[in-house]
Amino acid sequence: MIPFKFSIAKNPSEALGLIHPHAAFLAGGTNILDLMKEHVAQPSEIIDLGRLPLNTIKPTATGISLGALAKNTETANHQLIRKDYPMLSKAILAGASAQIRNMASNGGNLLQRTRCSYFYDINMPCNKRVPGSGCAAMKGFNRMHAIFGWSDQCVAVYPSDMAIALSALNASVKVMQQNGSERSIPFTDFHLLPKDHPEKDNSLNHGELITSIELPKNNFAGHSAYIKVRDRNSYAFALVSVAAGFELEGNSIKTAHIAMGGVAHKPWRALKAEAFLKDKTATFANFTKAADLEMSAAKPLSHNKFKIEMGKQTLIHAFEVALKV
Amino acid sequence: MKQNKSPLSPEEKKLFGDLMPEELNEVLSSGLQRRHFLKLMGLASAGLLVSHMVGAEQLFARSVEFDEIPDLIPTAIENGINVSFKVNSNNKKVLIDSRMTLLDTLRERIGLTGSKKGCDHGQCGACTVIVDGNRVLSCLTLAASCEGKSVITIEGLAKDNELNPMQQAFLKHDGFQCGFCTPGQICSAVALMKEAKEGQASFVTSNIREQAGAVMLSDEEIAERMSGNICRCGAYPNIVAAIKEAQTGKNIEQNWLFAG
Repeated sequence: MIPFKFSIAKNPSEALGLIHPHAAFLAGGTNILDLMKEHVAQPSEIIDLGRLPLNTIKPTATGISLGALAKNTETANHQLIRKDYPMLSKAILAGASAQIRNMASNGGNLLQRTRCSYFYDINMPCNKRVPGSGCAAMKGFNRMHAIFGWSDQCVAVYPSDMAIALSALNASVKVMQQNGSERSIPFTDFHLLPKDHPEKDNSLNHGELITSIELPKNNFAGHSAYIKVRDRNSYAFALVSVAAGFELEGNSIKTAHIAMGGVAHKPWRALKAEAFLKDKTATFANFTKAADLEMSAAKPLSHNKFKIEMGKQTLIHAFEVALKV
Repeated sequence: MKQNKSPLSPEEKKLFGDLMPEELNEVLSSGLQRRHFLKLMGLASAGLLVSHMVGAEQLFARSVEFDEIPDLIPTAIENGINVSFKVNSNNKKVLIDSRMTLLDTLRERIGLTGSKKGCDHGQCGACTVIVDGNRVLSCLTLAASCEGKSVITIEGLAKDNELNPMQQAFLKHDGFQCGFCTPGQICSAVALMKEAKEGQASFVTSNIREQAGAVMLSDEEIAERMSGNICRCGAYPNIVAAIKEAQTGKNIEQNWLFAG
């Protein structure tokens, strides 16, 4: 770690007053501290947000509001989330370990950086870490990398589980700007595909502060699933994960919301599968067709062709679990 | 850094004498101190032998702490921070470099070396401590962010000479081999008891929507909820047995037996 000044903010406006181009906010710290130890992040000042009053989870007229600084554990176990957004509880609990979920904040979870090993290794070229330096993963070991939406600049995947469910749930991210005004970013627009600027993970500008994540009401609670496939049973990043929620009328799918993790630079909304399943009967045959349709657009790299079949099977499995729940 | 000055107590002398009689005199004449003694005991026995000897539990229940660690020199630190927090119910005020993690502060400024530095990247759980009631990774916590908080480490789990039930269960079930991950495993397991009591869910909870109060942990639940603590010796079956015994308060069959 390079030396840094440590400051404490007591409220959002104080935090926004302290931020400058070389400073970074500290929430749970589970990712940024690691990045600082590896010299991937080198802020000259850390602004501790631990005392900001942004840690409440409360019902709103349109759904529920998750404070940016509420912990992942608290969010996953909140009785309203368990009851009305079980897919989100499951997704949070699929990520990391109990210790990390106790530390990690909701806002910070969204801002996790990729775990691409070339991004973490400062001796390797990486367009995300040093724009223009090249992508070592493109022709390197890319088993864990993207099969959708990658560019010749970056093939990294986005690591959060929580965010995959938030994408399927059509959440939005509430942000406070430095001049004190607020804006709301639809979740599906929050994270970005790499295109020519992989250094930009999301549409947040430096100096903006996430204050909450807003969840709209939904009718998926009775029929939803979060399925995660990984190299070991627990405490590992996803090879492929699927968040799926159905709104059913009898055996007919009125609406399907589906998002995939471990396959792209952002939570990947499976829009093709969603469109196919709309107004279809919930049968194995239709599930298979929807999964095939979604995965047909995949473009694998040299080491991750397996993710196409794995993605298909995980989609089908998630649909079946969601149907039965 | 000065060593702890407390000499061996009579029961420690006896214990050491029983285990390594040929070395007792040499040890006493060379002025071995408690800290070295405990290290030797750990090496000699890996816990197994000591665990059923009279007095051993009381011995391990006593915390080892350096008496005196000189303060950092304020002018020699670029970003010095004074931070006050509770460690095992004692108020501590330390001057630290802003970069110091809670783990390094506990080990190097406060002298509590029970919490271990395994990976230093939040991947192994050896540094697990309990902050304000919740298990966290001290290697990914900046000490500067701990102002006013209350930290429990492995050294703070025993009450006087009585081991915490989880510590007793780990000894009984031999929930370790080399012991390096053990302080983290035990702190993690102690906090897990609270989480289960509160009815917290895990990824393997069968019906997440149902909230039925306290959770009685199955083997599968323990494995999932303890997945943040890696044991390279692979003592997992014994760790699971120890946690089960600590939670149920019932005698759980040991996975090991003495030969003969």
